[in-house]
Amino acid sequence: MSDSAAPQHDLAEEFSSRTSPMQKIQSTLHRYPYLSPLIVLIAAMIIFTLLNERFLLPNNLSLMTQQTVIVGTLAIAQTLVILTAGIDLSIGAIMVLGQMVMANLAVSAGASNVLPIAGQSPVVAIILGILVAMLAGAVNGFLIVKLSLPPFIVTLGTLSIFTALTLILFKARTIQGPEIPDLLKVMGNAFSIGPFQIMYGVIVMLVLYAIFAYILRSTAWGTHIYAVGDDPQAAELSGINTKRVLFSVYVVSGLIIGIAAWITIGRVGSASPNVAPNINLDTITAVVIGGTSLFGGRGTMIGTLLGALIVTVVENGLALAGLDQAYRVLAIGVLVIAAVALDQWIRRVKS
Amino acid sequence: MTDVQPVLSGHNLVKTFGKVVGLNGANLELYPGEVLAVIGDNGAGKSTLIKCFSGAHIPDSGEMFVGGESVTFKSTQEARQHGVETVFQTLAVSPALDIASNLYLGREVRKPGFVGKVFRTLDKKGMRAASKQHLSDLGIGTVQNITQAVETLSGGQRQAVAVARAAAFGSQVIILDEPTAALGVRESARVLQLVKDLRDRGMPVILISHNMPQVFEVADRIHVQRLGRRAAVITPQTHTMNDAVAIMTGALTVDEADQTLGPVGAAA
Ligand SMILES: Nc1ncnc2c1ncn2[C@@H]1O[C@H](COP(=O)(O)OP(=O)(O)OP(=O)(O)O)[C@@H](O)[C@H]1O
Ligand SMILES: [Mg+2]
Repeated sequence: MSDSAAPQHDLAEEFSSRTSPMQKIQSTLHRYPYLSPLIVLIAAMIIFTLLNERFLLPNNLSLMTQQTVIVGTLAIAQTLVILTAGIDLSIGAIMVLGQMVMANLAVSAGASNVLPIAGQSPVVAIILGILVAMLAGAVNGFLIVKLSLPPFIVTLGTLSIFTALTLILFKARTIQGPEIPDLLKVMGNAFSIGPFQIMYGVIVMLVLYAIFAYILRSTAWGTHIYAVGDDPQAAELSGINTKRVLFSVYVVSGLIIGIAAWITIGRVGSASPNVAPNINLDTITAVVIGGTSLFGGRGTMIGTLLGALIVTVVENGLALAGLDQAYRVLAIGVLVIAAVALDQWIRRVKS
Repeated sequence: MTDVQPVLSGHNLVKTFGKVVGLNGANLELYPGEVLAVIGDNGAGKSTLIKCFSGAHIPDSGEMFVGGESVTFKSTQEARQHGVETVFQTLAVSPALDIASNLYLGREVRKPGFVGKVFRTLDKKGMRAASKQHLSDLGIGTVQNITQAVETLSGGQRQAVAVARAAAFGSQVIILDEPTAALGVRESARVLQLVKDLRDRGMPVILISHNMPQVFEVADRIHVQRLGRRAAVITPQTHTMNDAVAIMTGALTVDEADQTLGPVGAAA
């Protein structure tokens, strides 16, 4: 097989290395999954600037960062969960629970819905609110890991349970801004850099993105999250304690949701059980548009941040262009389908 | 005749999956520096047997020894800590992760000093360099980029990654479950050469294979598994391939007393 086989082999190699431009695009997107949302974001910003020059004004850019902050922060938690091939439908419910705990603990007894525990210092209130959110995440993690139930079903159930718990414990009453201590609302304050108004909450969100991007890329826990979402059996056989990784992901996502609850009080200026009713689906939208696969194992934090920004930019830009709500919703829907279709195509890459 | 202690052995191993019997009182001995082939029909319990030694299965009953020490493995991590490395039939690689991450999956190396301790930063550079070294040690030069995702590799290259992982970290025993099943002629020959190289370095190897010529080429002894038990242990010198197939299928039975052979060389 030496003399006659050699040229044949070369021919085959030459043939297989003749990749089409489409294949090149495919493998590039496969290698850098945040590239497609980055292109979409830049394209959208150019188009909306051409449609209405007010789009690029510092005021509007600042506003868009503020419009992104709640979904953007929660989407960090959703990204961690989706990377493990899970999904969290209870993110909004946990966030509301967390902020109602914070607000009711921090206000004076007269303003609180739960008299015996009211009047705590704001620091204690914030910490307890975050701990409750982590506990709620732990409940999700426990049900998913110990009872081996699908995350979709578990979090569909806890979505109702946490929502009901919030209403039972804290009634349906909104706690108004003036009653809430300043520290709970501090995330909504802004400082200016030149003509831009930067909210503290936005800074916290960006810091969280940086931290979790680092964790995913450069720590063993991050690698294990990808491995568990990619192929749980292979991960287990490779010596990874998949159950512990999964459980810890839900607890850490609870921590992020707790911080998001604090940011939400600041951004909204009050604590209402009815805040952000579509937030669960909005976080999933941001994650998916950001190039993270719903099948788990691939995606990036920077992609999710871009995804959250794309949603804001499209809604804001279309509104400035004079289109009404229905068209904005339509546009987001089209983006989601396009993103999932793109993901399917990218996943088919082979050498 | 057998004053040589086995490096790895199992006695009376039973493993059931509900009503399905995987192992029904199986024995196995692996001696220092040998290649032990394990053959048997589909469903004979070959994979189940080695998975007990890999920590992937916990046997219902029976005893296992590694290096003379009685062991019970509750996870693959524990087996690895005892120096037992396995290439599973399913490969157990993570497709989306790159080659270096796969080699070090579950035993990542952190950067030295403060950065590694406090920020838990992985030493990616170091792991990549070492991975490259491991692959080229095995004569696997066809992988150009160590940061390539494993899913972009060919079947043979993926197999090479799994084998390289075991060869790099195994200190006591390396187990290969059908490592050539998905490979072409050339790649199979390379894996067989690797098995011989490992033995020459003194590393005992368990090799599961359906390919009789391969088995008879590399094995020092051949463990024939049948219906969840060991039916015989033979050698390429004392038996033919036809004998092996006959024992595998039950056409030929071997006396309980003759089933075990000691390490090759010690007998005779
Ligand atoms: N996880 C499992 N759950 C249920 N049954 C199993 C499991 N693993 C193995 N079995 C059963 O145990 C028996 C032995 O299987 P095993 O995989 O060990 O066979 P094998 O000798 O490796 O076969 P092959 O040559 O096909 O790989 C089979 O009947 C199989 O169906
Ligand atoms: Mg098998």
